[in-house]
Amino acid sequence: MTREEIIRPENKVYARPELLTDNVTHYCPGCSHGVVHKIIAELLAEMNVADKTIGIAPVGCAVFAYNYIDVDWIEAAHGRAPAVATAASRLNPDSLVFTYQGDGDLSAIGTAETIHACNRGENIAIIFINNAIYGMTGGQMAPTTLLGMKTATTPYGRTAELNGYPLAITNLLAQLDGTCYVTRQAVHTAAAVRKTKAAIKKAFQNSMAKKGTSVIEIVSTCNSGWKMTPAQSNDWMAEHMFEKYPLGDLKNE
Amino acid sequence: MEEEVRLMKGNEAIAHAAIRYGADGYFGYPITPQSEVLETLAELRPWETTGMVVLQAESEVAAINMVYGGASTGKAVMTSSSSPGVSLKQEGISYLAASELPALIVNVMRGGPGLGTIQPSQADYFQATKGGGHGDYHLIILSPATVQEMTDFVALGFDLAFKYRTPAMILADGIVGQMMEKVVLPPQRPRRTEEELRAQCPWAACGKGDRKNRNVVTSLEMDSTKMEQNNLRFQETYRLIEENEVRCQEYYTDDAEYLIVAFGTVARICLKAIEEAREKGIKVGLLRPITLWPFPKKNIGKLSKQVKGILTVELNAGQMVEDVQLAAECRVPVHHFGRMGGMIPNPTEILEALVTKLSIAQ
Repeated sequence: MTREEIIRPENKVYARPELLTDNVTHYCPGCSHGVVHKIIAELLAEMNVADKTIGIAPVGCAVFAYNYIDVDWIEAAHGRAPAVATAASRLNPDSLVFTYQGDGDLSAIGTAETIHACNRGENIAIIFINNAIYGMTGGQMAPTTLLGMKTATTPYGRTAELNGYPLAITNLLAQLDGTCYVTRQAVHTAAAVRKTKAAIKKAFQNSMAKKGTSVIEIVSTCNSGWKMTPAQSNDWMAEHMFEKYPLGDLKNE
Repeated sequence: MEEEVRLMKGNEAIAHAAIRYGADGYFGYPITPQSEVLETLAELRPWETTGMVVLQAESEVAAINMVYGGASTGKAVMTSSSSPGVSLKQEGISYLAASELPALIVNVMRGGPGLGTIQPSQADYFQATKGGGHGDYHLIILSPATVQEMTDFVALGFDLAFKYRTPAMILADGIVGQMMEKVVLPPQRPRRTEEELRAQCPWAACGKGDRKNRNVVTSLEMDSTKMEQNNLRFQETYRLIEENEVRCQEYYTDDAEYLIVAFGTVARICLKAIEEAREKGIKVGLLRPITLWPFPKKNIGKLSKQVKGILTVELNAGQMVEDVQLAAECRVPVHHFGRMGGMIPNPTEILEALVTKLSIAQ
C-alpha cells in the first residue's frame, strides 16, 4: 500500500487547520496556547467567517497571535484589547471581533476595559487564557496566581497579606448585564478540548447574532513558568487550579 | 446639510465639523473645558443620520484605545480631551504614531501641572510638539485662533492624518474652546463607503474580504534591524510633512523692526497690543504659527534677519520660545512673556513686556 493510497480523503480524520499559518510558533512545548489557537483556526473556517474576522491580540505570550492565524489582526496595548475591540466592532458591525488575552492583560492592567466592555454588552468574544502567571515577562505573579504559588515576584509563595487574593474575574463578569455567555473551560484532555471548542463556537455565534459579550476563560498551564513538565502541569492544574477556578458555565442566556 | 452660518462655542463647532466631515467615530470622556464636544455630539445623534458612532468611554485611556481600534480598521475616528486627560492618552497616541494610523485628537488645554485649573492655558506645547509619549515620533499639531479654525481644522486634521498616515492634533487653548463666535459650517460630506475605505486604506485590518493576504496593525518588531528601518520610515514621513505642511500667518511684518510670535487666541490679543504699539510708532509685526509641528522655522529665520528682537507671548512658562530661539539662530535676542495658571494677559501688559524685554526706546 502506497502513501497516496493511505492518505485518501475518506481516510482523513484530522488535518492541520487551513487558517493556521506556516510560521513556527514561539510558544513553549506543552503550552495551552497552541491548542486554543488551533481551535480558533478550525472554528473560523468551519463557520465560514474568516474573511470578516478581526482578531485583537494582547500584550503577553499571545502578542504574536497575529503571526499564526490567517485573519486580520490588531495588536493592542497592554490590557486595552476590549477597548480596541469595542471600536472595531461598533464601526464594523458585520465583522466578527474577538480578543485573545492573558490573565495579566485582562485581569490586572486591563480590568477597567474588560469590565466596561462587558458591561456595555459589546458584541465581541473575549478568549481569556488563565495560567495564573505572567508567561512572556518571565513568570511573575498574576492577579490569578494561587495563594502559596511561587513565581518570580513571589519567590516564597503568594500570601494574602502581601499580595491579596487570587482574582476570579470571570465570576465578576458573569454578574454584568452586558454579558450573555460566560464560561470556564480547559484544554488539558481531549474531552476538555471538545468542550472548549463548543464554547468558543457559541461565543462566536453570539457575537454574530449581536447577543452581547461572551467570555471564555480557559484555565491553562504554563509549564515553563510553573517549572514543571507539560504532563506535570496538567496534573497540577487539575489538582490545584480547578478548585479556585471550577470549570463550567457561569452564565448562558 | 448645506453650508450654514451659526453662532457657537469652539467645542460645539468641533462636534458639528466632525459630523459634517463624514467622520466615522468619536470616543471621548468628559473633562472640563471640552465636555461640550461629547455633549453636542450626543445631542445631535449623528448615528441616526450619517451613521457616525459616538461613545462615552470609561476613561481617556479607553477612549484613545478605541480610536486606535477604529483607526486600525481604516475609519476616520477622533477623540477630544483636556490636558490631564491628554496625558492619559499619551501611550495610545504613541501606538497610533508607531502603527502609522490616521486619527484626530483634540486637546482643549487647561492650566497645569497636575489637576491644575479649568482655566485656559498653552502649557501642553512641549507635550504636543515634541511627541508626548514614548519613542521618536511627531504629531501634526494645528493651533486654532478662532471658532472658524476650530471648525476648519477638523477637516484639515483628518485630511493630513490620512495623507501621511499619522495622527494629527488640534491643540486649542481653553479660550477658543469656550468662546462663542460666528462660524460658517461646511456642507455635509458623505461618509466613505466600505469600497472607498478599502481602496483608500489597503492596510486596514477590517476583515480580509476579497484580499489575499491578512492585514496586521502592530507597532511591535523584535528584530532591531527592521525596527530601525521602521523608525527611518517614520522620520522620512516627518521630513515630508516638514517640507510640505508648514502653515503660519504674518501680520504687519513688511516693515517690522520687532516681532511677536504667538499662537492660538493669544495671537489675537497680541494683535491688539501691536495696534497700540504702532500708534506709538513702534513697528511690531506678528507671526502666528498655525502648525506648531511642523514649526515655521524658515519664516521665523527669515524675519530674524529683518528685526531687532523677538518676543514670544504664551500661556505658559516659556515653551515655544525655545523653538523660536532655534529658528532665529542667535541673530537677535528672543525673549518670552507668559502668564500661567489660567491667567490671560491683556494688550497693555503685552506692550509693556515688549518694550521692557526688548529694550525699546520710546
